[in-house]
Amino acid sequence: MTKSLSKAPLPRRGKNKSVFAVAPYGLWMALFILLPLAMVLWFAFTTEGGSFTVENFAGLHKYARVFLKSIWLSLIATVVCLLIGFPIGYLMSRMGEGGQRTMLMLIMLPMWMSFLLRTYAWMTLLEREGLINRFLGLFGIGPFNMINTQGAVVLGMVYNYLPFMILPLHSIMVKIDRSIIEAAQDLGANGFHVFLRVLLPLSVPGIVTGVTMVFVPSVSTFIISRMLGGGTNLLIGDLIEQQFLGSVYNPHVGSAMSLILMAMILLIMGVINRFDDGEMEGMLV
Amino acid sequence: MGNIIELKNIVLSYDGDRILDDVSLSIESGQFVTLLGPSGCGKTTTLRIIGGFLTPDSGDVFFDGRRINDLPPHKREVNTVFQRYALFPHLNVFDNVAFGLKIQKLPKDEIRRRVLEMLEIVDLKGFERRRITRLSGGQQQRVAIARALVNRPKVLLLDEPLGALDLKLRKDMQIELMNIQRRTGVTFIYVTHDQEEALTMSDRVVVMKDGVIQQYASPEDIYNEPKNAFVADFIGESNIFDAVMEKDFLVSFCGREFACEDKGFGERRPVDVVIRPEDIDLCEPKGDLLAGEVRSSIFKGVHYEMNIQCGGLDWLVHSTDAWPVGSAVGLMFGPNDIHIMNRLFEGSENHLAGEVVKEDTVEFWGYQFERPGLGLPAGASVSLTIPPEAIEVVSADHADMVVYLESLIYKGDYNELIVYNYENGRSLLLHSYLDQQVATDIGIKFKFDQIEIKGADSVD
Repeated sequence: MTKSLSKAPLPRRGKNKSVFAVAPYGLWMALFILLPLAMVLWFAFTTEGGSFTVENFAGLHKYARVFLKSIWLSLIATVVCLLIGFPIGYLMSRMGEGGQRTMLMLIMLPMWMSFLLRTYAWMTLLEREGLINRFLGLFGIGPFNMINTQGAVVLGMVYNYLPFMILPLHSIMVKIDRSIIEAAQDLGANGFHVFLRVLLPLSVPGIVTGVTMVFVPSVSTFIISRMLGGGTNLLIGDLIEQQFLGSVYNPHVGSAMSLILMAMILLIMGVINRFDDGEMEGMLV
Repeated sequence: MGNIIELKNIVLSYDGDRILDDVSLSIESGQFVTLLGPSGCGKTTTLRIIGGFLTPDSGDVFFDGRRINDLPPHKREVNTVFQRYALFPHLNVFDNVAFGLKIQKLPKDEIRRRVLEMLEIVDLKGFERRRITRLSGGQQQRVAIARALVNRPKVLLLDEPLGALDLKLRKDMQIELMNIQRRTGVTFIYVTHDQEEALTMSDRVVVMKDGVIQQYASPEDIYNEPKNAFVADFIGESNIFDAVMEKDFLVSFCGREFACEDKGFGERRPVDVVIRPEDIDLCEPKGDLLAGEVRSSIFKGVHYEMNIQCGGLDWLVHSTDAWPVGSAVGLMFGPNDIHIMNRLFEGSENHLAGEVVKEDTVEFWGYQFERPGLGLPAGASVSLTIPPEAIEVVSADHADMVVYLESLIYKGDYNELIVYNYENGRSLLLHSYLDQQVATDIGIKFKFDQIEIKGADSVD
């Protein structure tokens, strides 16, 4: 039903009018999206003198481990977010209206605080002399080495980006009619079958959005890795930052890195989005 | 055959409202049983209890003699056709129908055979690969039926399955459903608010109101022998009048006495009398026949629907002969056309207890009114008689009390209303000339000067 609706022709409008309406957004896009992109492209393929080169990319192979590690940690964080976010999104979607509003509020609440502040808070919690170790020390356990590990970086990603997983999942799941779940139960499906054969396939659009919204910022983050990962857990984001703000200052190599990262994200998103198309045609929107 | 489904004393409350009030019902195997009633009567709730989606607060559900109160839906040998179909939007027609069989892990070729067989029964051959969203309402409906029936349930529950279809399609599907039921021999439990649908399709009809079963009988008996004024009013059109059962086989209404076929009501007992509009024959006024005047006549295709004023009452008559408006007619009906029913409200007046709180002031149900010259001491108990005419319906902000309208039945001259007081759980009878929406809150106001006050026997 919804699919055919979205394919219905848009009502015709006066051409001048629509151009006029789109103009401010078009200007915005050109200034702040297209122009910077073009600049990144230009920097990536030029030398300091301004002549064409692919030299900037040639040296990047030595950072392959950092690239792989960024993707690996982001994937772990994304999967953890999905594992936590899916049941929360589902339970929320089955709550009353008041309950849903309260839960949404609680999920949004930490986002009102500065991103930096939230990550700092985790530093003081995880430190060797931090709250968690001190608390565990009361029972004679630890201290554990928690900060400056890959685990801490993943934790920071999960903590900061979990709402972006829960929100799209919730908004898709509230649209799943309860009677569809009941119909599955009625046809003999136990809890596991309901999840596998109905809930999961119907949630795919939410999962795809959620995965995108967690993975993309995770893979390009530099604050989380610097604050919670210490010097030993550099990610691509940190490398790029160093090229622009650090001592090694080289915007040409930085741009090349950004381009590679962008290409990788596009590739991964392309794969994920394939899930959405094939099986899920005729979805509730 | 025995009873496949048995409900015993089911009670279910939600948010303090009693949805089902002591419902007991036995359904014989292989029958087409319809739960019929206005919205909010508890019919869907009853169905959901049988399906396992609701657990009763008290009472038992039996399936084939086995108590299944605690059996979850997926373990019950019952399948449901849901109100808005609830088809799986991510699966095509074949996979929707095959859903239950795949969960049972049947062999692939058997699944295929049974699904195709069932699609043929519901006339959807060749639609296997169609997306659900590309089907019309009637086709989706049939997929839903096939999806449920392919599991060969012993009982099929249908929750207003034809509600969303247009009239023509609904009629076709009614016949289709009856055929499918007869061919498969599966017990159908069908929920609807459409009385015509219920009478057409069912072996047995359960008429429900306010969570209570009013009558459980064959369609013929429901129509011809309605148990009370509610059933008579809900099933088809009828004339319902106040009457008095003088003695066995003799009833008086419209200022006359009539012979009837009912007995066992006692003597001089207020009852309701029902006469179906098609059971009244019209003729030239003669002899001692009831004589009336045609007030309106509407051609309805097969018959004329006429309003006839007779004996101060409004009579609805269906006749194949046209009588011009204004003409005098005689009304003929026989003893077997008169159906006697117990009143919905016990008695024809409200009797309640009050107390004299100070000189000339009486209190009942927390309301006080003055009666000059009452002459009873403070603290005396009194009994009050409130005739139904002494209560009027007013808007809620001018009301003495806000009450719940349980039923409204046109009695040929006025509407008889039964209202429910939330605070003390008691009901009141009143008459009104206005129409009100049943199952809503209305305001009522007492005409205090018409309340009759009697000193109670014991004053202490």
